[in-house]
Amino acid sequence: MNAWIRAGVLFCALLVWQWVTVEVGNPYFPPPLRVAEAAVRLWPSHHFAADVLPSLLRVLGGWAAASVLGIVIGVLLGRSRAAADYFEFVFTFLRTLPPPLLVPVFMLIFGISTEMEVATIVFGSVWPVLLNSVDGARSVDPVMADTARVFRLSRARWLFGVVLPAAGPKIFAGLRVSLSIALILMVIAEVVGATSGIGYQLGTAQGASDLPGMWSWIALISLLGYLLNRGLLAVEHRALVWSRP
Amino acid sequence: MSMLEVTGLGHTYGSVDAVSDVSFAVEPGELVCIVGPSGSGKSTLLRCIAGLLPASRGDVFLHGDRVSGVPSDLAVVFQDYSRSLLPWRTVFGNVEFPLRDRGLSTVERRSRVEEALAWVGLSGAAGKHPHELSGGMQQRVSIARALAYRPALMLMDEPFASVDAQTRADLEDLVLKVRLEAGMTVLLVTHDIDESVYLADRVLVLSPSPATVVETLKVDLASPRDQITTRGSESFVRLRTEIARLIRR
Ligand SMILES: Nc1ncnc2c1ncn2[C@@H]1O[C@H](COP(=O)(O)OP(=O)(O)OP(=O)(O)O)[C@@H](O)[C@H]1O
Ligand SMILES: [Mg+2]
Repeated sequence: MNAWIRAGVLFCALLVWQWVTVEVGNPYFPPPLRVAEAAVRLWPSHHFAADVLPSLLRVLGGWAAASVLGIVIGVLLGRSRAAADYFEFVFTFLRTLPPPLLVPVFMLIFGISTEMEVATIVFGSVWPVLLNSVDGARSVDPVMADTARVFRLSRARWLFGVVLPAAGPKIFAGLRVSLSIALILMVIAEVVGATSGIGYQLGTAQGASDLPGMWSWIALISLLGYLLNRGLLAVEHRALVWSRP
Repeated sequence: MSMLEVTGLGHTYGSVDAVSDVSFAVEPGELVCIVGPSGSGKSTLLRCIAGLLPASRGDVFLHGDRVSGVPSDLAVVFQDYSRSLLPWRTVFGNVEFPLRDRGLSTVERRSRVEEALAWVGLSGAAGKHPHELSGGMQQRVSIARALAYRPALMLMDEPFASVDAQTRADLEDLVLKVRLEAGMTVLLVTHDIDESVYLADRVLVLSPSPATVVETLKVDLASPRDQITTRGSESFVRLRTEIARLIRR
C-alpha cells in the first residue's frame, strides 16, 4: 500500500517536472522525457561496460578499502589508550581537509589514472568510518570488558566477538556516510581527471552541450547512490537485528 | 589448604583509601558472604581478589598460588547482569561464549551449557536473546555462564541487588541449590544483612570505608534453608541482630 502511494507521489512529481520544464522551455532544464530518451540512447550502449561498470568498481573498491582501513585503525585507536594519545590528533587534523582538494595533489602524484581516483576516494571517505569506529570501540561497556577479562577471552575473540559487534551500530552509520562521500568523490575525480567513467561521460556531455545527456548521467549517479545505500541498509539490517529489540 | 587466602589486602584510589587491611580465608566448598555498608569498599575488594584490579597492598592466594592477573578457574557474577551479557548472542550463545577459548569440543561445550541452563531452569529459553528476558532471567543467564565455566571459586558482587523481592528470593535459593550440585566455593558480596545470613556458612562483616574485617560469624543454620522457616528461626534473628549492631557501630 505504502509502496503504491510512494510510486504515485514519484509519478506526480515527474509529471509536474515535465509540465513545468515544457512550459518554461529553458534549454538548461530539459523535460524528463527528453532526459529519459538520452538515457535510453546512452546507458545501455557500449557505455555500460566502458564507463558505468568501471565507475562502480572504483567507487566500491575505494570505499571497501577505506572501510577496512577505517575499521582497523578506528578499533585500534578506540581500544588502546597509548595509540589514541600518540595518533588521534593526526587523524583529527587530516580529516578537516576537504577531500576534493586532494584531487589536484593525487593528480600530480598518480597522473590521470584509476589510482588517482581510488586514492581520492579512499582518503576522502575513510574519516567517517574511522571516527565512528573509534567511538564505537570506546563504547564497549566497562562491565562487559571486565566480564571478558574474567573469562580470559583470547584477544581475537575479544576483538571479533565483543568489540566489533558492540561497535557495529556506530560503524554502520559511518559506513553509510563514507559511501555517499565515496560516490561524490568518484564523480569529482572523473569529471576532472579521467578517461572513462560516469563522471567522465558527464563532463563529455557537458562539453558537447548535450544537456539531456548530462542530466541522464546525473540521474544515473543518483540512482546508483540510492541503490548502493539501499544495499548497505539491507546488510546493516541483517547484521544488527539484535540492536532493535 | 584454603581455597582462597587474602592477607593484609588494601587498595587506595589516588588519595582515597577504599580498602584498608583485609585478611580472611575461604575453605573449599564454603559459601562465604561479605557484608558491609554501602561504599565500604566491597566491590573494590572483590575486584582485587578477581585480579581485575591490582591491590595496593597485601596478597591474594588461590590454591596457594599468588594471584596476579585474573586466575583461570575463577568466575565473577556482576550486579549489572544486563550490561555483562552480549545482546547479539542468544542465551545459549552467551553461556557458551567463554568456553570457546578453553579447548573444549563442540559436544562438550554443548553438554556443559545444557547442564548449566538446566541448573538455573532456563533450558526452554536457550534460543532467546537477552532483551527478551526479565531481569531475573538475565541474571540467571549470567549465573549459568559462570557455572558452565566450572570455576573453582565463584565471586558474586551484589548479584541480586537489581531484581524484585520475589525474584531475589528465588535466585538466593537457586544459588544454594546449585552450589551443592556443582560443588562450588562461593564468595558473595552484599549489603543486605538478611541475605548474608540466609545464604552463608560464614559471614564477614566489613567496617565502613576504608574496609577492614570487623568480625567473622559462623552461621549455624540448618540446611537446606527455607525462605520462611529459616528467616523466622531464632538463630537467624540473633545473627542478623548481631551483624546489624556491628555495622551500626
Ligand atoms: N574507580 C574509582 N576511583 C576512585 N574512587 C573509587 C573508585 N571506585 C570506588 N571508589 C571509592 O572507593 C570506595 C569504595 O567503593 P566500592 O565501590 O568498592 O564500595 P562498595 O562497598 O562496593 O559500595 P556499594 O555498596 O555502593 O556497591 C568509595 O568511597 C568509592 O567512592
Ligand atoms: Mg559495590
